[in-house]
Amino acid sequence: MREEVIVRVGAKVLAPFIITFALYVHFHGDYSPGGGFQAGVILAAAFALLALVYGLDEVQRVLPPWFVQTCAAMGVVIYAGVGVATMLLGHNYLGYNALAPDPTHAEHGQHYGILLVELGVLVTVFGVMVSVFYLFAGRVRKAQ
Amino acid sequence: MNIGLLVSHYNYWVVIFLMMVGFYILISRGNLIKKVIGLNVFQTSVFMLYITLGKITAGTPPILTEGEVVYSNPLPHVLILTAIVVGIATTSVALALAIRIKEAYGTVEEDEINRIEAGIEAGG
Amino acid sequence: MLLTLLAATGLGLLRIRNLFAVVMLAGVYSLLSAGLFTVMDAVDVAFTEAAVGAGISTVLFLGALALCGHHESRPGHTPLLPLFVVCLTGIALVYGTMDMPPFGGADNPVHHHVADHYLEESYHEIGIPNVVTSVLASYRGYDTMGETTVVFAAAVGVMILLIGARTRRERPGGEEGDG
Repeated sequence: MREEVIVRVGAKVLAPFIITFALYVHFHGDYSPGGGFQAGVILAAAFALLALVYGLDEVQRVLPPWFVQTCAAMGVVIYAGVGVATMLLGHNYLGYNALAPDPTHAEHGQHYGILLVELGVLVTVFGVMVSVFYLFAGRVRKAQ
Repeated sequence: MNIGLLVSHYNYWVVIFLMMVGFYILISRGNLIKKVIGLNVFQTSVFMLYITLGKITAGTPPILTEGEVVYSNPLPHVLILTAIVVGIATTSVALALAIRIKEAYGTVEEDEINRIEAGIEAGG
Repeated sequence: MLLTLLAATGLGLLRIRNLFAVVMLAGVYSLLSAGLFTVMDAVDVAFTEAAVGAGISTVLFLGALALCGHHESRPGHTPLLPLFVVCLTGIALVYGTMDMPPFGGADNPVHHHVADHYLEESYHEIGIPNVVTSVLASYRGYDTMGETTVVFAAAVGVMILLIGARTRRERPGGEEGDG
């Protein structure tokens, strides 16, 4: 597939749009279908596409395996950390009302809380999907 | 069997049919990868069952808008949304196991693995 | 209609012995089910299924096939016993559906436990229009945290299986390599 100009250029053009779309899906998840899970998978798919077209090495130079593995762990930490932060602010674990900047409108905190935990979900799902893909693809390359 | 029952339960029956197809692949095929695919078919049929339960005729997707609208039940959607992502994660573990079995035994066919195991036991 | 297509795809999955074709068909199956989810108003779920089932999982299956070979051998034993078990289970399940409420009814019991509360109150309590998101991240935040942890644990499992093995095998001399 190394010689396919159309595939290479096509992938190069598509990838930034897929990544932007993933971020849109994440941040617009409150108003339309979408959220951390979908965004993480779409983001991972963008890098899987690049790896399929340009080869695993090129993508791993941009996105090294240790980075995605750290991502997978960091997402869980972000999620749990939001819970701990709300506890430190004097509310229940994951009680997002604590995050409101203005205490008279406590429900605004829900908005920030949801975005933050969804960010944790996004980071984990992205890290997991890409690192699993790396492992599988690395095996295939070694076997050949 | 009347037509009304057929119309109102058709979804359930197709879901059960798909579930049984997945189940049959799982228990009758020896290839481990095929078994994983069978599990996936089974899993997706369960997803469909949940979504079917949540649907209300003439309902709309549960994204709040102005005015009086009938929304479908959002709860099954939430459960299945997370289940899909967990499903792909467990599938990847299953595939990784299959790859390791292939490396250890040189095959992913259940019969051949059993034969190799029997040979090892008989040989000491 | 979509359901009938799905049933046909399922049969194809069962019959075809070339695993490469089976994996492609599984992708089709995923896309069809995503279409079905859209029809059933579960747009979030359809989105996820399309991205996961037709995208990532197909790639993973292809990777596994490249390592494990893509031809399935003929099953060695007679299919009668599994067929019997499957038919029996299927009949029992269909018998079970006779007590199920009709499809799409607005007063089915499933819609009257907590769903009403979510739909009526979530805009005041959470303040965002997408009920699926607010239930996912707020009302059921603990659940979702558990799911995230499970996904992470699965990745750790894959890493243990695929990374650990490679180093152990290469240590004793480096000639065996990977099969």
